[in-house]
Order: sequence, then C-alpha cells, then structure tokens
Amino acid sequence: MILINYFARYREQLGVGGEKLVLDESLRTIEHVRQLLCARGETWQQVLGETSLMCALNQELCTPQALIEDFDEIAFFPQVTGG
Amino acid sequence: MPVQVQTELLDLGELTRSVHAEDPGVGAVATFVGYVRDINQGDQVSALFLEHYPGMTERALQLIVDQAHERWPLQRVSIVHRVGPLNVGEPIVFVGVASQHRLAAFEACAFLMDYLKTRAPFWKREQTPTGERWVEGRESDRLAQERWVL
Repeated sequence: MILINYFARYREQLGVGGEKLVLDESLRTIEHVRQLLCARGETWQQVLGETSLMCALNQELCTPQALIEDFDEIAFFPQVTGG
Repeated sequence: MPVQVQTELLDLGELTRSVHAEDPGVGAVATFVGYVRDINQGDQVSALFLEHYPGMTERALQLIVDQAHERWPLQRVSIVHRVGPLNVGEPIVFVGVASQHRLAAFEACAFLMDYLKTRAPFWKREQTPTGERWVEGRESDRLAQERWVL
C-alpha cells in the first residue's frame, strides 16, 4: 500500500486530495503509478499528463523514474509558485 | 529555527535582528522580503491564498538552507514563509543570510530565493475580479534557478 497526495490545482481538478493504492509487481516506479492513474479517464490523463508535472517521493522532489516501495508516500503537483 | 512555515504575520525587524544574532563575527546581513502584489499578469489581485505540503515544505526549505551553507561561508540563514490567506501588501516570505562579507550574503540570498521558488512546495491562488485562479509556474523562475546549477 502506498499513499498518493495531490496538491493545489491538481487536487481541485482531480477532486481528491489523497488516496491509498495497493502496490503490485507492475508498479515499480512513480511513472508506472502515473500511467495507471492516467488510464482512469480524460481528466486524469490531462492533469497527470502535463509536461510540467512535478512529483515527490517520501516528501522529497524526485523524477518519475524513482523506484517505489510499499508504504511510500508519493505526491503529484503542478509547478510550485511560492516566494 | 532556520526554517519556519507559519500563518502569522512576519515581524521583519525581529527576523533581521535574529539573523545577526548579536554575533560580533557577522559583517553582513542580506535579506529578501517577498510581498503580495496587487497586480499579476495584468489583472487586479485583491488577496492571495498559499497552499503547501506540510512536512515536505519544511524538509525542502532545510535542504535549500543546507545547500547554501555548503556553497558559501555563512554564519546564519533564516527562511520564514507564510501560508494560508494573505492580504495585498503583506510579506509572504523572509530570507535572511549572515556572513563575514557582503558578497556571500548577497549571493546566498539570491540562491535561496531562486531555489525556494522552484523547489519548495508552495502554491499561490489569487483572487481577481473575475474569480480565483492558481498562479502558474514561470519559465523565468526556472531559468533563474538553473544559473546556480554547478
């Protein structure tokens, strides 16, 4: 089981702030999870298909190629705009 | 506390003094303050809401502070960032850097802001006459960060 968080515009567009997902052998990277989520429909494909998408693994920025393990916390969000 | 995320207003005088910390070895304190502007992309902005990723935000800021310490000889670094509802004219972020000489303080302060703007998980939602909208990331911010990549 992994935890997936969505923030800001992504959370609003997807209508969900977070969810749990059971890991299976086909899900080894964040990119695998992203593709699985994109298959849910047009909105998911549009939002998580953005080229500017950012992601984090256990609260650290990472690339979609980052390897995931059970109990990891991952997050998808748009480009950050603080400061 | 070198890094803090808070909803409360910033006391800029107190923050600046805390970076100097009455340390006789400090010869320079550079500070940056970001404020809520009343105009963005040609539209009037009446208020701002700042969302963040609790937990990751503090870690990301600490990582940025650690990197600044690795690159410049600094005595102290402080980053305080507000979240939640903000009004026009209010400070959003304070960055303060103390060092022996001004060059390290100036450079580190710019580095910290450029990294914060591209790597710390904050998102601005602004109130305009036509409704609320999320502020989108800017290419110029990404380029500003890239100039520091070794």
